[in-house]
Amino acid sequence: MTLTRWYRPEVTAAPFWQLSTLRDEIDRLFEAPLSEFTRASQQFLGGWLPAVDLYEDKDNLVVKAELPGLKKEEIEISLHEGVLTLAGERKHEEEHKDAELHRSERFVGRFQRSITLPSPVLMDKVTAAYKDGMLTVTLPKTEEAKPKQIEVKIN
Amino acid sequence: MKNIVETQAHRNKPQAVAEENWLLPAVNVLELRDAYLIEADMPGVSREGLEVTLEEHTLTLTGRRDAARLPGNPVYVESKPAGFRRVFEIDPTVDGGKISARLEQGLLTVHLPKAERLQPRKIAVTG
Repeated sequence: MTLTRWYRPEVTAAPFWQLSTLRDEIDRLFEAPLSEFTRASQQFLGGWLPAVDLYEDKDNLVVKAELPGLKKEEIEISLHEGVLTLAGERKHEEEHKDAELHRSERFVGRFQRSITLPSPVLMDKVTAAYKDGMLTVTLPKTEEAKPKQIEVKIN
Repeated sequence: MKNIVETQAHRNKPQAVAEENWLLPAVNVLELRDAYLIEADMPGVSREGLEVTLEEHTLTLTGRRDAARLPGNPVYVESKPAGFRRVFEIDPTVDGGKISARLEQGLLTVHLPKAERLQPRKIAVTG
């Protein structure tokens, strides 16, 4: 007896399989020029839009932002009427100002992102950490905003 | 003079495409008197996730990000769950043995010194 590899029929069903590789191929074709375009348009529109994620668990809202190559002091975090604003400025490096620039894609200048928070938070308990170029802001929810479980008795 | 040119060669390697999807980090390439500098934005990449390799004249920068998700449920997500990779063809005048790299708050700086004999030098005039 020999062992033959078993394929799930739905995977080998040719048209779908081929379709998915074709899709991958198209994605791949589009990916590079598009990301270049986004980057170029960011520069063109005069802004840097760092990627921001918002997560929520029982007790906290957590906001994470991609801010590579900044100093802690260059990041400004503020909270006003349920809107969290992350701002700052990436400065030109004076150190190499005489260098010949062969490629310049990294954004330099001011950036700002604002996020409307989905629930009220304890303003004075907000903390922030900056590590590996990622800013993490933890915002504890107010007691009222936390989900509560109540027991309903059936008579 | 070739200096530092991005290569598309990695796109032809099927494993690079099949295994993982990569983001292209934004880079600056600078030329100093005695060296080239490549600066690459790699937010979320720690030293453990970083790999800089030189093969012949091909310099590959790879940054893997910790896949650990934030606690709780995503409400709004803009980041992409992928690492960074970019490949450069470097000038043959770069002294491969002396390349060094530094990673600071998600900003990778690769220092590529030009070989001694090719650096501009002042010649003393005698007589």
